[in-house]
Amino acid sequence: MFRNQYDTDVTTWSPAGRLFQVEYAMEAVKQGSAAIGLRSKSHVVLACVNKSNSELSSHQKKIFKVDDHIGVAISGLTADGRVLSRYMRNECINYFYSYESQLPVGRLVVQLADKAQVCTQRSWKRPYGVGLLVGGLDESGAHLYYNCPSGNYFEYQAFAIGSRSQAAKTYLERKFETFMESSRENLIKDALFALRETLQGEKLTSSTCTIAVVGVGEAFHILDQETVQALINEFEIAGEEAPADEAAAPDQADDSESSATAADQVTPSDPDVAPMDM
Amino acid sequence: MTKQQANWSPYDNNGGTCVAIAGADYCVIAADTRMSSGYNILTRDYSKIIQLADKSVMASSGFQADVRALQKVLASRHLLYQHQHNKQMSCPAMAQLLSNTLYYKRFFPYYAFNVLGGLDNEGKGCVFTYDAVGSYERVGYSSQGSGSTLITPFLDNQLKSPSPLLLPAKDAVTPLSEAEAIDLVKTCFASATERDIYTGDKLEIIVLNASGIRQEYMELRKD
Repeated sequence: MFRNQYDTDVTTWSPAGRLFQVEYAMEAVKQGSAAIGLRSKSHVVLACVNKSNSELSSHQKKIFKVDDHIGVAISGLTADGRVLSRYMRNECINYFYSYESQLPVGRLVVQLADKAQVCTQRSWKRPYGVGLLVGGLDESGAHLYYNCPSGNYFEYQAFAIGSRSQAAKTYLERKFETFMESSRENLIKDALFALRETLQGEKLTSSTCTIAVVGVGEAFHILDQETVQALINEFEIAGEEAPADEAAAPDQADDSESSATAADQVTPSDPDVAPMDM
Repeated sequence: MTKQQANWSPYDNNGGTCVAIAGADYCVIAADTRMSSGYNILTRDYSKIIQLADKSVMASSGFQADVRALQKVLASRHLLYQHQHNKQMSCPAMAQLLSNTLYYKRFFPYYAFNVLGGLDNEGKGCVFTYDAVGSYERVGYSSQGSGSTLITPFLDNQLKSPSPLLLPAKDAVTPLSEAEAIDLVKTCFASATERDIYTGDKLEIIVLNASGIRQEYMELRKD
């Protein structure tokens, strides 16, 4: 796929009808850390893995509030994501200024897609190297969209992007049919489980992930660390297997016993995890 | 051929009066709710007051179409600020923004006479008073609009210590309690309503303090 004579600029087609620069931009999205989105009839949950350059630095901000009713999670070139978030915020503010009502999510993603398309057809530009999971609420309900560097966008029930997102997608593919009718709590729980799949064994704690929610009667906001840690503990997913099916109540009773003993050994040394009540 | 004069003005004056008083830990902002044009009353129930941020409330008299446009611009700018800074704008910051926004239209001004009230970063009451093109000053109390000429001298007399007439003011804010300040405001408007034809109908009072924001109404003479 790489290093051929047709990939120098974005305005050159390959003989097979491909624009390699655009495809390379999509590669950049795959290199970023995972971001996941799910939606029900009334809520959208965005979750992402916190990635930092080194132990000394803070982690990158991957979830941005665009307006009270829209938020976005990004994967790829964070700088491009920040610029696009600023654009989206401006569009929402200007729309509200003109129409005194909220910009419908479907309209925003089209504008975003058109903006991305421009960069695939100008020789002096390069495609944005960021994939965006746009979650929002409007009169027609809750929506989750994925905008990619090519200028394409799709609506999803649930989706995951970034590195090791396939593991999350596999989990989501198993459970997605239940999401539409899911409660807010279960939606967040599924987001955490899916996120855990991408961590491949690494511990899921509130410092390794960021969760954001938007829903009917609930403005878009990022959940704070204590809330997330409490949810992780409640769902006992720190190190346990996700329940294979919905008859999970007896399983969870067994899980709580084994995870209690496991956590017993872990918590004294780990300051990020809230101590579990015995 | 004599020079043609404009026979159409882009401005109109919808009348009304605004007052704000700053206290040690509160701020009272008040305005009447009458909207007029010429000798007609357009409505008896129009609010001239808007809450721009957690701790900033603006009252504006003058041309209400320009006032509304100004309110929308400030609301949008505040939203942008919140996205960028992850917090609400402070009242002094909003005061500067209002000044800049007004001066931006120096050569086709917003016909708006504004009074901005709120709590500063230390929780003390603050009042900022403006002219139509953005010149502003922090004061302990202020009045703008058609009844201001009747109210300002009365406030100078009642609130002696924060009066700028002493130059500099003896106190930055009034030593009155919140209840006393509200009572004073009601007295001001009751008197102004008697003599100013553009002021009356109803008085809207907003009180901003550490526990939050509160709204009160008082009937005024309708003639």
